[in-house]
Amino acid sequence: MSQRTITRAELGEAVYQRIGLSRTESAALVELVLKEISDCLAGGETVKLSSFGSFVVREKGARVGRNPKTGIEVPIDPRRVMVFKPSNILKARINREGEDA
Amino acid sequence: MIKSELVQKIADHYPELYQRDAENVVNAILDEIADALTRGDRVEIRGFGAFSVKKRDARVGRNPRTGAHVPVDEKVVPVFRAGKEMRERINRGS
Repeated sequence: MSQRTITRAELGEAVYQRIGLSRTESAALVELVLKEISDCLAGGETVKLSSFGSFVVREKGARVGRNPKTGIEVPIDPRRVMVFKPSNILKARINREGEDA
Repeated sequence: MIKSELVQKIADHYPELYQRDAENVVNAILDEIADALTRGDRVEIRGFGAFSVKKRDARVGRNPRTGAHVPVDEKVVPVFRAGKEMRERINRGS
């Protein structure tokens, strides 16, 4: 079983198949959903999508890093990062729990 | 923001769309991602990020309270890595 990569195109196709809208509209809706999620996160707000998971923005403090090649210490400024916390439902689904028990 | 608020925002942009359809759009996207991960596929959304799965080997865990050994089965976990554009936006806070 080879690994495939799903992109925007497949997400648009999924919307197209499920809702009776044109392919163009479906693609635009996928873009809008991604934009709304991104805008919210850019503002530092958590996005909770029940049964899927949460996207959380975390504040990281300043620390001293090191260039692994040269061993030279470099200061790393405080920054904000985004993390994804998968829901228990998503984790169970991916492990196909309840399917082959 | 929770899912229902996201659905509302989508519906606000598309007055001709039923609320139920807006909800189906969000669910179709999330289901497609979850299905891909269940198959072991990767989901790459440029500018946003990429979802993939990682296998965790079976191991012997410990009950932290009693110290008893507990076998932990092999499992697959979903992982997400934010895309470059997303990382920069989050950091700028705009």
